[in-house]
Amino acid sequence: MNFETIVGLEVHVELKTDTKIFSPAHAHFGAEPNMNIHIHDLAYPGSLPTLNKRAIDFGMKASMALNCDVAKVMNFDRKHYFYPDNPNAYQISQNDRPVGSNGWIEIEVEGKKKKIRIERVHLEEDAGKLTHPGGDYSLVDLNRQGTPLIEIVTEADIRSPEEAYAFLEKLKAIIQYTGVSDVRMEEGSLRCDANISLRPYGQDEFGTKTELKNLNSFNFVRRGIANEVERQEKILLSGGEIEQQTRRYDETTGQTVLMRVKGSANDYRFINDPNISEIHIDQDWVERVRAEIPELPDARKQRYVSELDLPDYDAMVLTLTKEMSDFFDATVAAGADAKLASNWLMGEVSAYLNAEQKELNTTELTPEGLASMIKLIADGTISSKIAKKVIKELIDNGGNAADIVKAKGLVQISDEGTLRKIVTETLDANEQSIEDYKNGKERAVGFLVGQIMKATKGQANPPLVNKILLEEIQKR
Amino acid sequence: MTLANKTTAELQSLLHTKEVSVKEVTEASLARIARVDNDVKAFITVTEQGALARAQQLDSQTTNNRGPLFGMPIGIKDNIVTKDVLTTCASKMLEDFVPVYDATVIEKINAAGMVIVGKLNMDEFAMGSTTERSAFKRTSNPWNLEHVPGGSSGGPAAAVAAGEVPFSLGSDTGGSVRQPAAFCGVVGMKPTYGRVSRAGLVAFASSLDSIGPITRNVEDNALLLAAIAGEDHRDATSSNREVPDFKAALTGNIKGLKIGVPAEYLGEGVSTEVKNAVKEALEMLTSLGAEWEEVTLPHVKYASESYYVISSAEASSNLARYDGIRYGYRPEGVKNLEELYLRSRSEGFGDEVKKRILYGTYALSANHHEDLYVRAQKVRTLIAQDFEELFKKYDVIIGPTSATTAYKMDETVKDAMTLYANDILTVPVNLAGLPAISVPCGFDSGLPIGLQIIGKHFDEAMLYNVAYAFEQATDFLKSAPTIGEGDE
Repeated sequence: MNFETIVGLEVHVELKTDTKIFSPAHAHFGAEPNMNIHIHDLAYPGSLPTLNKRAIDFGMKASMALNCDVAKVMNFDRKHYFYPDNPNAYQISQNDRPVGSNGWIEIEVEGKKKKIRIERVHLEEDAGKLTHPGGDYSLVDLNRQGTPLIEIVTEADIRSPEEAYAFLEKLKAIIQYTGVSDVRMEEGSLRCDANISLRPYGQDEFGTKTELKNLNSFNFVRRGIANEVERQEKILLSGGEIEQQTRRYDETTGQTVLMRVKGSANDYRFINDPNISEIHIDQDWVERVRAEIPELPDARKQRYVSELDLPDYDAMVLTLTKEMSDFFDATVAAGADAKLASNWLMGEVSAYLNAEQKELNTTELTPEGLASMIKLIADGTISSKIAKKVIKELIDNGGNAADIVKAKGLVQISDEGTLRKIVTETLDANEQSIEDYKNGKERAVGFLVGQIMKATKGQANPPLVNKILLEEIQKR
Repeated sequence: MTLANKTTAELQSLLHTKEVSVKEVTEASLARIARVDNDVKAFITVTEQGALARAQQLDSQTTNNRGPLFGMPIGIKDNIVTKDVLTTCASKMLEDFVPVYDATVIEKINAAGMVIVGKLNMDEFAMGSTTERSAFKRTSNPWNLEHVPGGSSGGPAAAVAAGEVPFSLGSDTGGSVRQPAAFCGVVGMKPTYGRVSRAGLVAFASSLDSIGPITRNVEDNALLLAAIAGEDHRDATSSNREVPDFKAALTGNIKGLKIGVPAEYLGEGVSTEVKNAVKEALEMLTSLGAEWEEVTLPHVKYASESYYVISSAEASSNLARYDGIRYGYRPEGVKNLEELYLRSRSEGFGDEVKKRILYGTYALSANHHEDLYVRAQKVRTLIAQDFEELFKKYDVIIGPTSATTAYKMDETVKDAMTLYANDILTVPVNLAGLPAISVPCGFDSGLPIGLQIIGKHFDEAMLYNVAYAFEQATDFLKSAPTIGEGDE
């Protein structure tokens, strides 16, 4: 029997507001434990939440970017559970009326486009952190308590580990473009749980699902789902039944491991938080937030293809991050040829960034610098080969390509007389190669070009060298 | 000099001419506390040192820009947090709890130049109506020490009635300012929900809680409310309505005032003496030019159930934070997290608090959320609509504050109709978020009776003026309990 994989994702994204969602404490990483806290974060008697409107803006922004309807009226609810990282013993969240609902994003897997529906986007506060140093105690750090989060819940529309991966990539790109979060899984500003079930093809109702946690990278999401699908398939094929469980992905074994059996669902005793008044979102507010949303990756991709004639692949790669896409746009705006700019950013620049583990904005390269180099290539002042030296200089020290070329004497030799002299000398010294060429060994030309380049420190204009070389050989 | 008997206006004039100092006024209050509080037991904490230091500081101020409450002593219910001063909520859970910040009302009281002399007893976490549920002591009614002062703000009402302080702050979730004010023969105001910031009030039921002033007379009450009212960025539910000059509203003129008197408020369960006192008060108001008619509040018969579901549900949520981890009671020798939770809460809370947490948890559980919590909210809406309907035609609604006078200590009220009457007299006001004031309107066997005047949202000025007109036309203000007199 064949089974269809059904996956729904719950993604938590930490919003990068200056202060917490319900207290005036800073919402930043890296402080000493319990330094970024306010009486509200301690659930101190008598303390009340004060709503950070910026967190609402951010929630609305993300919702709009994910094609959701934005609530006209919303409120916050208390979700109760006891745990030391949760000082109020309730988390302030949105139960009945989330900020966003009925959204979707489009993904592409193996050339096929597909919409994944988003059930809801709701705002909530993050919990604190516990550490267990050993011995008979644990430590509570409430710095993270109250950091604003959005939880994005998809419909069960995902049908493979690859689709889940593509969804997360796309989601990450969109959120990153809106600027509401750093969306870095390694820093915990993006977290993902997956609900996984199988059903025989053709069956309408869903099978029993398991919830998979501890998915700490997009690759682990992909592998974790694949492994869980395999596990469930084995059980079903051997006539067994799937138990409703919460499971954890073990990165070292690549297996999913049982955390707990979900007997009866948790009773969170939701109650409307009486300390936070209903929030009415009018059209003006919506429009003000909408105006802050930049052009999103899909729109940019389309523009790159239709207006700049870039191949689909280039458009896709360039729009993966807003940083790259903004850089590309600025480079083109500074006068660079679009395809050359794309080639350089996707090739040499990306390779350098990967090798050095750097981000575009932590290098000295500017869009104007890159454009100045591309212009020098286009007008023949430097060769692509020389440009590879120039780009390293631009990345490490910034500045303008023309200055670097001048300072380092890297100008391409395009003077026919000069080149013909060097070609003649090279031919004189390599009679055997001329012989070989005439006997049909095409490779001899490559050797000769190499010798000429060596003699000019790589500065000879390659097409011109080829042309003169062939002319001179014919003469002999 | 018996400063304790002087009116606020008299004291202000003496302070202004420097005939008396703030220190002397403060000392008079502290002396009175020393003399009578062994009997009344209104105070959990007396902040003698702090009060004297504060008085000295105020005396050395040279500014002439003194408000009408400058130098006045005040006592604070022990569920309003005070920086560096023990705030217990009369619970073992917070027996050693010293807050790091002041409630907004405390900041305002300080800004008004008042002197806090101590923290006042109450039912644990404000749950009760006799102050017998305090984990530490039982407060007596100054009119008869064998009787309760009412509750949960029993300490604040008794302290004012006994002349220990002329001003106090209580909190009212279902009648906790008005009923003890009635039992102790003083003036107690529960303002409109949102009129006074709740920031720093230890929450019982957040959608019902209001901080309110308790004083000897209406004018003092108006002054204190004006001092503590107003929008507060620390409380999102506080209102941005302008705070009127309540004192200026005290004209005493109530000609043409339209009063509605709900039949339900003078029905079964209300004692004959209380009914008679209220009827006499209505006659007095009529003689001053007001008109009254019998009206009906059809849904208040469900008020009690709605109130207990909502208040307990919110309490179960608000009190979940007391887990022994960050502050408050923490037992010795716990082995694991579950035991820490279990023992902190089992040992730190009293029975009444635990009962309400259990009830509220039940009401919010998945199986009962609809039939209890959601239904209670619907009733709440209907009750609010009942009042809204009446206020289209009437300026105020009047009835008794309590069905009877103060009970004897340990005398649990068993009569179901009395219990029912007590609930419907006070809790609908909290459910609807309305303001209501209790003023003395008579005595039964030496114990005071309170008249309750309920107003439209944010119409405290009207309530004060009606109460003032009544107070000025009657002699109840002149009566005071005789406690401590023999010793002077």
